[in-house]
Formats: sequence, structure tokens, C-alpha cells
Amino acid sequence: MEKTHIVMGFDKDLENIQGLLIEMGGLVELQLNEAMTALVERDLDLGQKVRAADKAVDLLEQKIVERSVRLLALRQPMAQDLRMVVAIMKVSGSLERIGDYAKNIAKRLEVLVQVEPVGNSAKTLRRMSALVQSMIADVLDAFIKHDIEAADDVRARDEDVDSLNNTLFRELLTHMMEDPHQITTCMHLLFIAKNIERAGDHTTSIAEQIHYLISGHLPEEKRRKNDQTSRILLDPDDIGAPNG
Amino acid sequence: MTLLAPHTELDPAQELPVNNPLVSARDVNVFYGDKQALKDITLDVEKGKVTSFIGPSGCGKTTFLKCINRMNDLIDICRVEGLITIDGQDIYAPEVDVVSLRAHVGMVFQRPNPFPKSIFENVAYGMRIHELTQSKAELADRVEAALKRAALWDEVHDRLDQPGNGLSGGQQQRLCIARAIAIEPSIILMDEPASALDPIATAKIEELIDELSGNFTIIIVTHSMQQAARVSQNTAFFHMGELVEYGRTKHLFTSPEDERTQNYITGRIG
Repeated sequence: MEKTHIVMGFDKDLENIQGLLIEMGGLVELQLNEAMTALVERDLDLGQKVRAADKAVDLLEQKIVERSVRLLALRQPMAQDLRMVVAIMKVSGSLERIGDYAKNIAKRLEVLVQVEPVGNSAKTLRRMSALVQSMIADVLDAFIKHDIEAADDVRARDEDVDSLNNTLFRELLTHMMEDPHQITTCMHLLFIAKNIERAGDHTTSIAEQIHYLISGHLPEEKRRKNDQTSRILLDPDDIGAPNG
Repeated sequence: MTLLAPHTELDPAQELPVNNPLVSARDVNVFYGDKQALKDITLDVEKGKVTSFIGPSGCGKTTFLKCINRMNDLIDICRVEGLITIDGQDIYAPEVDVVSLRAHVGMVFQRPNPFPKSIFENVAYGMRIHELTQSKAELADRVEAALKRAALWDEVHDRLDQPGNGLSGGQQQRLCIARAIAIEPSIILMDEPASALDPIATAKIEELIDELSGNFTIIIVTHSMQQAARVSQNTAFFHMGELVEYGRTKHLFTSPEDERTQNYITGRIG
């Protein structure tokens, strides 16, 4: 949007809130990245840092909502401005949830460092998380550039996250069946996978908000989903050698 | 209503699909001397609904409003071309009686303009000149009904003989609305009806517009976009004499199609 408002304070207020949202998005992406690094490297200190930094994410969300409400009350935005403020509020809510998932991953680390790693699952989780992190980075970029195609592309990529989640789900289930001693570990890893999968879903909904912000309507095309974990049933008799 | 003109076949309006049009304009051009104030306006106004006309000063919205009850006839240099129909009848046909037209198309102005008469006489006046009532009792009943519909009765019922211009601004405006609806028009034109009123009086007028819609077709010119968004179902945006965009209010204020509409309603230099 090249044209500026007649009231310049309006532009300043909007830019200010957008700046906070970008800052929040960057922080959340970093949180997820560090939580996964801590997991793979079994780094308790880094995990602790992630848990503490979640407060900053929450504060940013609070600030964004407060300023958005103030802008709604004082400027009564219309059309694209209105969609911008509504989108910012919803996006900040999604980012806050992703921040919570990162924190929850870091929390599980305390248990996981006390047990042996299970197969390659930490690396698969890392791959899954890397997908979501790149989705977050690209979706923020789409927001800054008002790029609807980039937003739609992010939305489509969630399918890959779902696929990895399915693979991991099977793998961990197999491990649990083979060796009940690993159930505790595998359960924690499953929850971490679920956290990442949910983070992907929130990123997708951010992409949808950006589509709405730019075009005025939500994407018409149905999103391709590939989360099959709710339908997976393994028969113990069929378990041979576990594979990914 | 009968305005003595034959039904006219119309080309479809380009913008908004209107199920039940009451007022239809086709290629309306208006000139003040050499200056063109409106260019090729084609739109349908939906019956029983509230339609807002918005746009910056001088965009032609009030000019168009005044075409609908031929108020522009009062301006010598004003020339109206094109077709405007109400209920299928050409209101600019030579045989149309303008007084009868204005009985069907009431108008409320920006500044309340009660007659220098009593509250009762303000409302009774139109019914008297149009000879709408048979008896004094019927007249009194209809004055009461109009004041009630204009949400003013409770405030004035014990002082109907007092001058209308002794009321507060908001009450005067509701008195003017009572005066307009007393003669049972099918259409009420409102030219910035709340712009001279405080927020409470404005809220009462908006509430009243909401109550009157359905029974009346209301067209409101307003500079307050929030007001247009609150009271109307359809909105037309005028800019430099053109109808830029006409659509459902809920759509136009969240996702306008035209960049000029977007720039105007978001307060950008357009």
C-alpha cells in the first residue's frame, strides 16, 4: 500500500504494530529453533533459556493486542486497514501458541536427557521442525511484502510436515511395541512431534490470515491435509524390524 | 403510486444485483450550466432497505439524491438527462405532478427545519395540504402515530401546541422525520440527517432509521462512514461525479473492489 493516510499518526501507529509483529515472529522462530537444538544436543541450559524467553513472546503479544485495540478505538479503520488490524491480532495469537509449543518442547528435555535416545527420532523431529521454521520465516516475509502467492505456498507446505509426523508416529509406535521400557521416552517424543505439527497448523492459519489481509477473503481452495495419525493402527504381530 | 407515466423497460444496472428495485437510474447526467455534476449514473435502489451514498464533498451524492424528488427543478441552471424511475414510472415525464411526487418521496435535511408552527401543526401540515384526512379526530390520530413512529411522542405528547423550534436539535430532527412520514411516502431521502447533532441524538436518529426501514425505502447521504456502515444495507461510493462502486455495505467497508473506494474509506489521499 503506497498511499499514506491523511492523518500521519495513523500510518505511524500501524507501522509500529506491524514492527512488533515481525519482532514477535522472529523471536518465535528462534525459540522453536533453539528448543530443537537443545533437544538434539541434549543441552539443558539452552532448554532453560527457551523456557525463560517465552515470557518475552507473551509480553509482545500483549503489547500488540493493546495497541491494536487502541488503534481500533481511536482510528476506526476501514477496508484494508481494518483487515490489517484484525489479521495482526489473529496472527499474534497464533505466534503466541507456537511460542508455547517451543516452551513445552524445552520442558520435556529435562526428562529426555535422563534416558537413552530412541533411534533417529530426534533427527526426524529436527527435520520436521526445520520445515515449520522455514514456513514461519516465509510467512512473515509474505506479510511484509504483501505477497499472496508466497502465503499460499506456505499453506501448501504444511502437507510435508504432516507426512513427517505420520512417519514418526509409526516409528515411535513400533519402538514402544518392541520395548515397553521405551514407552516413557517415546511418549515425550510423540508429544514433541504433536507440538511441531500443531506449530505447522498455526503457521498455516497465519498464511490464511495473510491471504485474507491482501485479498479480502479467505483462500477458497481446500488445504491438502495429510495428518493420518488419528487413523494409524499397528498390529503387534506385524511388527518386524522397525523402519522409518 | 401513480405519476401518470407508462412503465419503462430498463437496461440492467451494472453494479449491485438488486432483487426488488424501487428507484432505478439509467445513464443519469446532471449539469449545472456547463459544469457536469454527475456522469452516467446507473443504479437500482432496493425497496424497503437503507441505501447510503458516500463520497467526498462535491462528488455529486447530494445532487443525485435531489434528482430523486426533483429538488433540482428549483435550480434554474440545473439540467437532468437520462432516466430515473420510481416503481417503473419515469419521474421526469412531462405529465408528472411534482407535488404528488414529493408526497411519495419525503426529504429530511442536514439542519432540522421545522415550520414556525406548533409541534402538532408541523406534523399535520403535509396531511392538510394533501387532504389525506377526513376529520379532526383522524388528523390527531395520524399526528400521534407519526410522532410515535419517529420516537418523539413520549417527549412531546403533553406540549403539542408549543412551537416546534423550541425543541432540542435532535428532537427537531425527529419532528422533521415525523413530518415526512406522516404523509406515508414510499421513499425518504435524508441529506446528512445527523451531522448537526450530538452523539446521543445521532444514535436516536440511527435507531429510528433502523426501525423505519422495511416500511420505507430510505436513502441517506452521510459523511460519516461509520454511520453508513451501521445503518445501511447497500452503499454507493461517488467520486468526482461518477458512481465508483455500489455494493453491499458489509462488503464495501471490509473489502472494497475499487482502489478509489479503498483510498477514500481508509482516509488516504486519493
